[in-house]
Amino acid sequence: MDLANFLIQLLNSVQYGLLLFLLAAGLTLIFGIMGVVNLAHGSFYMLGAYLAYALTGAWDSLALAVLVGTLLSIGIGWLLEKILFRHFYHRSHLDQVLLTFGLIYIFEELRSMLWGDDVHSVGVPELLNWSINLTDTLSYPAYRLFMLVICSVLALGLWLLIGKTKLGMKIRAGAFNSDMAQALGVNIVRLHALVFAMGVALAALGGMLIAPLSSVYPYMGSQVLIMCFVVVVIGGIGSVRGALTAALLVGLVDTFGKVLLPEFASMLVYVLMAVVLLYKPEGLFKQ
Amino acid sequence: MSAPLAHLEILPRSVHFLLALGLLALLAFPWTGQDFYTQMVTRMMILAIFAMSLDLLQGITGLVSLGHAAYFGLAGYVLAFMSPADAAASWLITLPVAILASALVALVIGFFVVRTQGIYFIMVTMAFAQMLYYLFFDNKGLGGSDGLYINVRPSALGLDLENKLVLYYFTLVSLVLVYVFLRRLLWSPFGRTLNGIRLNEHRTQALGYASFSYKLTAFTLAGALAGLAGYLWGVQTGYVNPELMGFHMSAHAIMMVILGGMGNVAGALIGAFGFELFLHFFKDLPTVGGFDLGKHWQLWMGSLIVLVVIVAPQGLMGLLRPRSQDD
Amino acid sequence: MTKPTAHDSSARPLLQADKLSKRFGGLLAVNDVSLSLFKDQLHAVIGPNGAGKTTLTHLLSGDIAASSGRLQLKGQDVTGWPHHRLSLHGLGRSYQKTNVFLPLSVWDNLMLAAQAQGAYAPFNPLSWFGRADHNPSVVARADRALQLAGLSAVRNKTAAILSHGIQRQLEIAMVLATEPQVLLLDEPLAGMGAAEAETMVGLLQTLKKDHAMLLVEHDMDAVFALADILTVMVNGTVIASGTPQAIREDAKVQAAYLGEASA
Repeated sequence: MDLANFLIQLLNSVQYGLLLFLLAAGLTLIFGIMGVVNLAHGSFYMLGAYLAYALTGAWDSLALAVLVGTLLSIGIGWLLEKILFRHFYHRSHLDQVLLTFGLIYIFEELRSMLWGDDVHSVGVPELLNWSINLTDTLSYPAYRLFMLVICSVLALGLWLLIGKTKLGMKIRAGAFNSDMAQALGVNIVRLHALVFAMGVALAALGGMLIAPLSSVYPYMGSQVLIMCFVVVVIGGIGSVRGALTAALLVGLVDTFGKVLLPEFASMLVYVLMAVVLLYKPEGLFKQ
Repeated sequence: MSAPLAHLEILPRSVHFLLALGLLALLAFPWTGQDFYTQMVTRMMILAIFAMSLDLLQGITGLVSLGHAAYFGLAGYVLAFMSPADAAASWLITLPVAILASALVALVIGFFVVRTQGIYFIMVTMAFAQMLYYLFFDNKGLGGSDGLYINVRPSALGLDLENKLVLYYFTLVSLVLVYVFLRRLLWSPFGRTLNGIRLNEHRTQALGYASFSYKLTAFTLAGALAGLAGYLWGVQTGYVNPELMGFHMSAHAIMMVILGGMGNVAGALIGAFGFELFLHFFKDLPTVGGFDLGKHWQLWMGSLIVLVVIVAPQGLMGLLRPRSQDD
Repeated sequence: MTKPTAHDSSARPLLQADKLSKRFGGLLAVNDVSLSLFKDQLHAVIGPNGAGKTTLTHLLSGDIAASSGRLQLKGQDVTGWPHHRLSLHGLGRSYQKTNVFLPLSVWDNLMLAAQAQGAYAPFNPLSWFGRADHNPSVVARADRALQLAGLSAVRNKTAAILSHGIQRQLEIAMVLATEPQVLLLDEPLAGMGAAEAETMVGLLQTLKKDHAMLLVEHDMDAVFALADILTVMVNGTVIASGTPQAIREDAKVQAAYLGEASA
C-alpha cells in the first residue's frame, strides 16, 4: 500500500469513526444517564437520512435541509421522550429492548408509507462536488473532507460541552448518579429530555450528512446500530471520551480490515470487542 | 423497576388444561387433511422449541440475549454442509452433530459474554451473533449472502423427513421432549440455582454457588436447544441463509417469549404459537378503503409489541395467572 | 493475635487475617488489620460509621479482594479466594442490608442455601434431573436452620411480606443452612426494636457454641453481652483489641468511640 492509498484509507477511517461517534455519543449518554437501552437509535439515523432526501428534494439545498432537519429531529426527540421513553427509565432492560424493537417496526413502516421502499439518492451540494488530487490517479472527494471537518467540529464541541461547561457537569453527574444529582438541585427531568433530544439530533445529523455518500435506503438504521453498540461496549457506557476513542478504533479496524483482509473484515471489529472485553469487561473508560 | 417474580414454574390450572388440549390438537391436526396448514403448524412448533430454549436463558436465568439466533442458524448450516447434493444425510448423525456444533459455539461465545453484566450482556450477545452473521455473509465458501440449499431431507431408521407428515410428528416429539426436559430442569437443583441467580446473583454466590459456571452452562444448553430448532428449520425449508442468525431472528425469539410470559417454559410455547398466529392475522388483513392493511403488518405487529410491554409485561401467562399467588 | 479466653477453644484460629488492607484509589479504607477467630468465641468489631468495619467484613468474606495481606481459613491460605469458594469451605456471612430472595418463601430461601453444600457442578447432567426439594439431606439441613432460627411459624410465607425483624432472622438462618464453622455477621440487629433484638441476641448466644464468630454491631448492649473479644476500628485502623473490660477502660477507645456511643 503506497502513501497516497494509505492516506485515503486513513482519512476514510477517521471520517467513518467520527460518524460513528456522533451516533455512539448519543447512545452512550442515553444509556449512561437514563439507563435506557434504545434499539431504535438507528431509526433516528435513518430518519435524518430520509429527512435530508425529502427536504433537499423540496428546497434543493442540503445546508437548509440539514438545518431544518436538525431542528425537526430535536423536536421529535423531545416529543418521544416526553410521551414514551420517560416512562421506561425504571423498567427492566428487557422491557426497553422490546419497546424499542416494536418502535423499529413502527418507524420502518412509517418510512415505507411516507417515502416508499426504493433506494434514493441525495445529491452532493454543488459547492462540494469536486475532488482534491493526491496523485496522478488518486483523488479524494471534497465532500468527505467537509464531513470530516464538520464531524471533528461537532466532536470537539461535544467534548467541550461535556467536559468544560456547567451543563456538561450536570450531565456527567447524572451519568454517575442521577438520584444524587437530583438531590443536588439538578432538574433531572429537563436534563433527561435534553440529553435524549441531543442524542436523537446527533443521530439524525449523522444520517443527514452521510446521505449524499451512502444513499438512503430501508433498514439502513439496523446496520449502523450494531456498530454503535460495539463502539459503546468498547468505549464504556456513559463515557463520551470512551465513545470517541472506540469509534476511531473501530473506524480504523473496519476500514483497513476491508482493504487488507476482505473476507474477515466484518468480523475484525467483533474480535476487537472480544479482546477488549477479556481485559476490561466494562469497556475502556467505564465511569 | 419491574420486580422479579418467583413461583413462575407453577402453572395455573387453566394453563395445564390449555396445554393438554393443545397437545391433543397437535396430535390430531394432520388428519384434518390441510397440507398447507400442516406445514404452518410444523413451523410454529419449531419456533416454539426456539422460544423455549431462549426462555431457559432469559426467563429462568435472567440473561437477556439479543444474539440467540446465532445458534439457531448455525445448526441449519451444519446440516447443509453435511448433506450431500443429491442424497439424504442421516438425521441420526447430522442432528446430534448440529446440536453439538451449536453447543460448542455457544460455549465459546458464552465464555466471553457471560463475564459481562446488564446492558453489556445484551449488547455483546448481539455483537457476537452479528460476527457470525458476517462470517457467513462475506464468505462465498460458506454460502455467502445467497445461503445454502439442502436438496434432499435427512432420513434414518425408516423415518424419511422428506415426508411432511413424518417431519410433523418428528417435530412434535422433539417439542414434547424439550418441553418435558425444561420443565424438569425448573425443579432440579440446577434450575433452582438459576432461579436464584436471576433473583439475587450476589447472594447466590455468597451461598457457595459459582454463578459464572451456572450461567455458562445455561447459555450452552440454551444454545444446544436452539440448534435443535434450527436443524428442524433447515429440514423443513431446505434452505439456510445468514438471516437465520441475524438480529431480527433473535428479536423474534425474544418477542415470542415475552408475549407468552417468561420463566415457566409453557409461556414460551404459548407465545410462539400466539406470535405466529398474530403475524398471519396481520398479514392477511384486507384492504379497507384503498388502504392495504395487510401490507403494513409491521405497523400492527410493532404496535402489538409496544402494547404488550406497556399493558401486559408478564405476557399471556400473566393474564391467565390469578392475582395473588402466595399465602 | 489475641489469646483465647475462658471459653474452651482450640489454640488454632479457624479464621486468621494478617495485615489486611484495602485501598480504593486514594482512600485507605482498611489499614493493616489483623484478627483471629477461634471456635466457641465471639469476636466483635466496633467503631464509628465509616471506620471500615463493613469493608473489613467484605475482605474476610471474599466479597472484595484485599489490596494486601493474608487470609487463612482452617489453616489453609485462602487469600484472594472469591466468596463462593470460601462458603464451600465453611465460611458463612450475613449482610447488613437484608439480602434474601424476597420473592421466595422462607422455606425456599433456606432450601437454596442448604443445597449449596455438596451440590453437583452445573455442567454435570445429574444436577439437571431430580427434584431439588426431595433431597433428604438438603431438606434436613434446611429444617435445622429453620428450627434454630425459630422460623417454623413463617415457613411458607414469602420473604417480602415478613416483618423487618423476622427478615433479619431469615438473613441469619440462610447462613446457618450452609452449616459453616465460621460466621461473619454484619449488623444482624440493624433496625430492630427491643423485643426483636433480645430474640436475636439469644440466638447469637446459642450459636457461639461450635462456631467461630465475628460480629460487627452498633448495639453496645448486645456487643457487651455477647463478645469475648472486642476490636475497635477508627478510620480503617485498629486502635485497640482485647477483652470487653479492657476495652471499656481503654482511654483511646473512650476518646474515639465510646464517648459518642449510640444506644
